[in-house]
Amino acid sequence: MSEQATEVLAIVGLEIHVELATETKMFCRCRNRFGDPPNTNVCPVCIGMPGVLPVMNSKAVEYSLKVGQALNCELPSYSKWDRKSYYYPDLPKNYQISQYDLPLCKDGYLDVPLPDGSSKRIRVLRAHLEEDAGKNIHDNPAHTGVDLNRAGVPLLEIVSQPDMNTPQEALSFAREMQRLVRWLGVSEANMQMGHMRFEPNINLHITRGGTVYKTPIVEVKNLNSFKALEGAVTHELKRQYAQWLEDPEGFSLDRKGKQNRGWDDQRNITVFQREKEEAHDYRYFPEPDLPAVVVDDAWRESIRASIGELPLARRERFIKQHQLGSKEAEAMIQDADTGNLLDDATAMGAPPRRVVNLMLGRMSAAANEKGCALGQLGVSAAQLSQLAIMLEEGKLNATAGDKIIDHMIANGGSPLEIAGKLNLLAESNTAAVEQWVDQAIAANPDPAQQVRSGDKKAKQAFGFLVGQVMRISGGKAPPSAVKELLESKLSAK
Amino acid sequence: MNNLLKLSALELKNAISRGDTTATEALEAYLHEISVQDGALRAYNEVLVDEARDQARRIDDMRKIGESPGLLAGIPIAIKNNLCTTWGRTTCSSKMLANFRAPYTATAVARIRQAGAVVLGKTNMDEFAMGSSTENSAHGASVNPWDLSRVPGGSSGGSASAVAGSLCSAALGSDTGGSIRQPAALCGIVGLKPTYGRVSRYGLVAYGSSLDQIGPMTRDVADCAAVMNVIAGHDPADATSLDRPVPDYLANLDEPIKGLRIGLPREFLSDALDPEIHRAIENAVEVYRSLGAEVKEVSLPHSRIDSGAGGELSSFAVACYYIVATAEASSNLARYDGVHYGHRTERDAADIIDLYSRSRAEGFGDEVKRRIMLGTYVLSSGYYDAYYLKALKVRRLIKNDFDEAFETCDILLCPTTPSPAFKMNEKTADPLEMYLADIYTISVNLAGVPAISIPVGLSSRNLPIGMQLIGGVFREDVVLRAARMFEKASGICRLTPPPLGRDAE
Ligand SMILES: [Zn+2]
Repeated sequence: MSEQATEVLAIVGLEIHVELATETKMFCRCRNRFGDPPNTNVCPVCIGMPGVLPVMNSKAVEYSLKVGQALNCELPSYSKWDRKSYYYPDLPKNYQISQYDLPLCKDGYLDVPLPDGSSKRIRVLRAHLEEDAGKNIHDNPAHTGVDLNRAGVPLLEIVSQPDMNTPQEALSFAREMQRLVRWLGVSEANMQMGHMRFEPNINLHITRGGTVYKTPIVEVKNLNSFKALEGAVTHELKRQYAQWLEDPEGFSLDRKGKQNRGWDDQRNITVFQREKEEAHDYRYFPEPDLPAVVVDDAWRESIRASIGELPLARRERFIKQHQLGSKEAEAMIQDADTGNLLDDATAMGAPPRRVVNLMLGRMSAAANEKGCALGQLGVSAAQLSQLAIMLEEGKLNATAGDKIIDHMIANGGSPLEIAGKLNLLAESNTAAVEQWVDQAIAANPDPAQQVRSGDKKAKQAFGFLVGQVMRISGGKAPPSAVKELLESKLSAK
Repeated sequence: MNNLLKLSALELKNAISRGDTTATEALEAYLHEISVQDGALRAYNEVLVDEARDQARRIDDMRKIGESPGLLAGIPIAIKNNLCTTWGRTTCSSKMLANFRAPYTATAVARIRQAGAVVLGKTNMDEFAMGSSTENSAHGASVNPWDLSRVPGGSSGGSASAVAGSLCSAALGSDTGGSIRQPAALCGIVGLKPTYGRVSRYGLVAYGSSLDQIGPMTRDVADCAAVMNVIAGHDPADATSLDRPVPDYLANLDEPIKGLRIGLPREFLSDALDPEIHRAIENAVEVYRSLGAEVKEVSLPHSRIDSGAGGELSSFAVACYYIVATAEASSNLARYDGVHYGHRTERDAADIIDLYSRSRAEGFGDEVKRRIMLGTYVLSSGYYDAYYLKALKVRRLIKNDFDEAFETCDILLCPTTPSPAFKMNEKTADPLEMYLADIYTISVNLAGVPAISIPVGLSSRNLPIGMQLIGGVFREDVVLRAARMFEKASGICRLTPPPLGRDAE
């Protein structure tokens, strides 16, 4: 029976939890900050003391609506809060304030760019807001500690439709979502700090002999890195297929339903999680302590207006407007600041090509060295545009440009001042330049002869001589003048 | 009995501001009375002597230097033990919270203190406000000053007993299904449940969050209005408290409402009603007629009370209430698990679930457990639609009935309770019978409207009978003025129970 043709389609949906970067928590005025000593950012409300009441942080709602708008969601005018009940030590009230049937955002989509240059539309079922739980700390074998600094932090849960069919698609969707929430400024989306967590739902639709077999849906809980997400989906697809081969009839969605698995980071496999004794019944019901959230047209309009240009639209524009290659354009939309720098510098009159070369050249290298984004180097649009214009006008050569960038990053200052201070301005005295060119020709008779003869090595030899002139001049010779002089002197024969 | 104890709260305040007496002198009179009488009434869980003396001294000092110490200056007020205070304990009369000390004070309590009131102590209640007799208290039952073998009603029974027994000048209670009005009726005092959202719930330990309201329990209507002037109003810490201006409830209190339109809900004046109560209500209606009120019958069909073949009563409203309130309670009380809050078992637990189970089994009383189980059941998957969702629909219909009635009436008039105070242990064996003690008060909470209970007379056994006046949303002013009209015209006001032990000698 293994002779029959078998088609396997992976079905993957993704739940993404994003902690929002509001100043304060969702329902109290405690500071929302990662990394403080345990239980220092807490108050009676977020630790659920008897008799206290939640008060909604409307900034968190605004942030959620921005994400919904960017995901092309409907933003219903009426949504409400519900209580989700379960007993857990890190959940102070033993219920979580969440949203059940009327979320803030629903029915949207995101066009996700894939590595092969194509893109795929992933539908978004809903995005709802809730309060995060605290954290159990198992650093002492004698007891478990509970840190409630995170309890009550606003958490946006984005639920996709099962529209992804490969681990790469799941990964691309997750990465695009990270870029998006950062772009909107609603989350730092820092994986190490737990700002983003993934829960993929995975199963297979296997067609053989005209029959479609569906494997049980597995939800892998609490993945907190892209690597874990990709690994978990990859492993599940293999595991489910292998298990299905052993028992095509029994290993089915109908018989086994849904199950939860965890991720073992050491062994790179998903592992079975013991089912809770009681089947999960969260007993959702409307939160009586909070009024419904009413989003009127004016609010919706101000959200729409605040979104601005989104990454993919900006990429298209850069390609058209500045003739960037698709790799270059992609680099320019890594985050909002990077593209803003390009936009602002060109608006000040700098030639786009020069700006892009500076950004993706020395600046990019410096950002990599520092481990920060291009926009965070501290180079302003004014500095960048002045530098690009000086290069364009031949007042500097490329090497000098790079030196000035390094100097600006380290010490600030305008390119013109720095060039003066470091003596980097190109020599405008033709006699001096001519002297350097003559020196270079005299010192390198063989390449000079090759240029004169115009043989196949002429081009390479010409470049070599240009470099020699630059070296002799200490980088101050203007390249265009050098080229002109070399050409005239070596073809005059 | 010290004559100071006979004054109403406003009279006492005036006596203090005239310099006839001092806050400290009044406080000491009450503390003495408590020491003599509370052994019998058991109205208090805790008397907060030091804090009360400090506050009384502060009020007297302020007066000495000519500062105005506030609307309730020097008035000794008792507060129900589910209102959080940073001093003393807030136990909700439960073993679960036997040692709970809140790091915050309920907004309503903070406001009366700000207005100069002296908080005497925390009064006994049915555990977590669940009950109608104050017999469900971990501290033992309170007693009705009118008949020591009878209950004071509940759940704010300690507050009612303290007001009626002159162990405080006024009190705060909380009302989820009748817990202010029913004990007020049974103890012959005035009790007001405000519109939902009129008084902040911040610092009130939650029972049924969509129903709970804090309100005054006083000797007469004017005291009730005075306390409302202080506790009503928006609180940013309670998202369900409404930001609407608060009228001066005392301003026109004595002016009768011309052409007052009174509706008599047909459903609440059936033959099933105790005949003495029926007669007392009819008399009250006559008093209003004589004052020029226009009286007519109205219908609240979804608050209807049905009698079964065996005479047993049932009501949509009671059924609806016991779904909504218990559902909310099951969630509100989930945090008392011995790990986050509340009593923790001292026995060895196998795992954390076992720890939760044992702690809750030991910490909660039977009625609380009953309601948590009921609430958990009605919210469970597979039952939600049949119970909780249906109850929400019934609640909407009940509210619509009230809205419709208030299109043609200013107030609705009906009994507060189906009978006067019942005997201790009379209803403890049958929870359903106990639930029916709130049969006339419950739909008011479901509708969210304000209602007051005032005394309208005494039964042949010399037990107080209460009348309930229900107003439209935010019409506490109308309710209070209408109540004052009756009080003034009938002279039925400040009923005094027969002397207790010491004075009877
Ligand atoms: Zn907090």
